[in-house]
Amino acid sequence: MEHKASIQPVEGGEVKLRNVTKQFGEDVAQTTVIQDCTFEVERGKFTVVIGPSGCGKTTLINVIAGYETPTSGEVVLDGATVSGPGPDRLVVFQETALFPWMTTLNNVMYGPVVQRDSQAADIEKKAHELIELVGLSEFSHKYPIQLSGGMQRRAELARALINNPRVLLMDEPFRGLDAMTRQLMQEYLLRLFEGSGRTILFVTSEIDEAILLADKLLVLSRAPTHVKATITVDLPRPRNLEMLTSRRYAELKSEALSILYQEAVSAFAAGSNAAADLVEAFEQRQSVQGKTDK
Amino acid sequence: MASPDTTTALESAAEMVSVRYPWRIRVRRWLRSPRPYRAALGIGVFFLAWYLLIDAFKVWRFGELPGLVNSTQEWLSADPIFGVSLFTAEYYRHIWTSFARVFAAFFAAITLGVPIGILMGWRRIFFGLTFPILEILRPIPILAWIPLAILLLPGREIPIIGLTFLAAFFVTILNTLLGVRSIDQVYFRAAQSLGFSQSHILWHVIIPGALPYIFVGFQIGMGACWFSLVAAEILSGSAGLGYKVWETYYYVQFPTMVITMATLGLCGYLSSGLVRIVGNRLMRWRAKLLAGV
Ligand SMILES: Nc1ncnc2c1ncn2[C@@H]1O[C@H](COP(=O)(O)OP(=O)(O)OP(=O)(O)O)[C@@H](O)[C@H]1O
Ligand SMILES: [Mg+2]
Repeated sequence: MEHKASIQPVEGGEVKLRNVTKQFGEDVAQTTVIQDCTFEVERGKFTVVIGPSGCGKTTLINVIAGYETPTSGEVVLDGATVSGPGPDRLVVFQETALFPWMTTLNNVMYGPVVQRDSQAADIEKKAHELIELVGLSEFSHKYPIQLSGGMQRRAELARALINNPRVLLMDEPFRGLDAMTRQLMQEYLLRLFEGSGRTILFVTSEIDEAILLADKLLVLSRAPTHVKATITVDLPRPRNLEMLTSRRYAELKSEALSILYQEAVSAFAAGSNAAADLVEAFEQRQSVQGKTDK
Repeated sequence: MASPDTTTALESAAEMVSVRYPWRIRVRRWLRSPRPYRAALGIGVFFLAWYLLIDAFKVWRFGELPGLVNSTQEWLSADPIFGVSLFTAEYYRHIWTSFARVFAAFFAAITLGVPIGILMGWRRIFFGLTFPILEILRPIPILAWIPLAILLLPGREIPIIGLTFLAAFFVTILNTLLGVRSIDQVYFRAAQSLGFSQSHILWHVIIPGALPYIFVGFQIGMGACWFSLVAAEILSGSAGLGYKVWETYYYVQFPTMVITMATLGLCGYLSSGLVRIVGNRLMRWRAKLLAGV
C-alpha cells in the first residue's frame, strides 16, 4: 500500500486489565456490570471482544478509556495505571462522535491543534493525508451531517489515527451500517491495520466480524461480565472476506458460538429475550450444518 | 396576557435544520409551493372579515371600530387627520424609540443571560445556587415588576428598558441552560480524549453545541421583549409604539391606534426574522446542503 508511509509506527499499546470490577449505583440500586475481569491486549495485535448485547461491552471500553473508574482492580497501559481519558487511547464510539459543528478537516485536525504538538500547517498537511487515506478528500470541507454513515465512521477513524494513539479502542464502530457498507468497512480496517503495527481493541456482537478481524478473540459472559474464553484466531493475514468460507473459519466460529450459546441459554433461563433469539439462531444453524455434513 | 410566541420560535428552529439552497432557488421553490398562496389567502380572509364586519355592515359593536378603508387611508395619507402616517416624522420617532429600547434590552439580556445559562449548565455548584431562585423569580409577570422597576431605576427610560430586559433575560438563561444540557455526553468524551482544555471545551463543544437552543431562546426572548415593552410603555412611557396605542385610545383616534398596532406586529416580526437569519448563518453545519461552501 502506497499510503502506509503516512501512518507512523507507535510505541507501546499494551493494555492489561487486572481484576477489574465495575458497579453502578449504591445500596439497593447497585448493579455489577463487570465482575473481576482480567485480560491482556497485546501490542501490535488486533484483539476483539465479543459478547451478548447489554453485557457491558461499552462499560468495559469506558473503563479502559478512563471515562469511568473501576470500582476495584486496575487498567494498566504500558506499565502505568490509567487514571483518566487521554489521547494515548482514542475511542471510536458506538454512535458517531464527530463534532457536527466542524467540517471533516477540522474534526480531524482538532486534536493535534489543541495539543499544540506541531505547526498548524504540518497538522493540516497530515490531516489531508489521512483524509485521503480514508477516501474522503472530496468531503474535507463538508460537515458530518452531509456525510453518509460509512463516511462518518471513516472520518472518525482518521480523527483517531492522526493522534497516533498507543491503542485504538473501537466500540461496535460498524453497528447500524448496512451489510454491504459494513463489509467494506471491515476490509478497509483490515488493510489499515495489517502491517501498520497498531494495537486495536475492537468490540462487537457479530461473530463473523469478530473472527474476520481478530488475532485474539475474547468471549465475554453475560452481565456481570468477565472473559469466558480466549480463542486465538490463527487465520493467515492479510485477511479477506473469502476466508469466511474456509474450513478453519467454520471451526473457530463454531467454537465461539458454542460458548456464546451456553451464555445465551443461561441468560434465557434468567429471562432475556435477546438471548432467546440467539438460542434460536444457533439451533437453526446447527440443523443446517447437520444437513450439509451428510 | 399569555406567554409570548413560543410555538413560532420552535417552528422556525425546526426549519433551521432543513435543507439550505442558494436564495434564488429557494425563492423559486417557495413561489412554486402552495405556502405563499396559503399565507396570502389567510391574510386576505382576515382583511375581508375586517372590511365586512366594520366598513360594510357595522356588525354589532364592531361598528365602533375604525374601518379598513379608513385606517388604510389614514396610514397612507400625506396629511393624516390625527397626525400619524407613513409620511410623518412622528410615526418614525415612535418606531425608532421602541426599536432602540427593545434592542438595548435584548442585547443586555443576551450578554448577561448566555454566560449565566452556560455556567448553570456546565457547573453543578452554580446550578445548585441559582436555579431555585431563578425558578421563583421567573414566573412573576412583567406587569408585577413595574412598580419595583419605577422605584428602583432612575428616570423614565431605564425602568422601561429594565422591564423589557427582564423577560428576555429569563428566557435566554433557561434556553441556554437547556442547550448545554442537551449536548450529548459523547462529545465531551471525545473532547477529553482529544486533549481539549476547559476553554477548548467551552468554545468548541459547549457553545456550538448549545447554539441551536440558544437561538430558540433568542427568538422567544425577542418576542418577550416586544411584549413587555408595550406593557412598560403603556404604563410609564412618553413615546414609543406601546405608548402611542394607549394615547390614541385615550384621545379616540382609533385609525391611528390600529395603525400603531399593525406597526407593532410588523416590528416584532421583522426583529424575530433578523434573529433567525443570524442564527441560520451561525449554524450552517445543521443544513444538509450548503450554498457555496
Ligand atoms: N452509568 C451507568 N449507570 C448505571 N448503569 C449503567 C451505566 N452504564 C451502563 N449501565 C448498565 O450496564 C449494563 C451494560 O451496559 P453497556 O452499555 O456497557 O452494555 P453493552 O454490552 O455495550 O450493550 P450494547 O450491546 O447495547 O451496546 C446495562 O445494563 C446498563 O444499564
Ligand atoms: Mg455498547
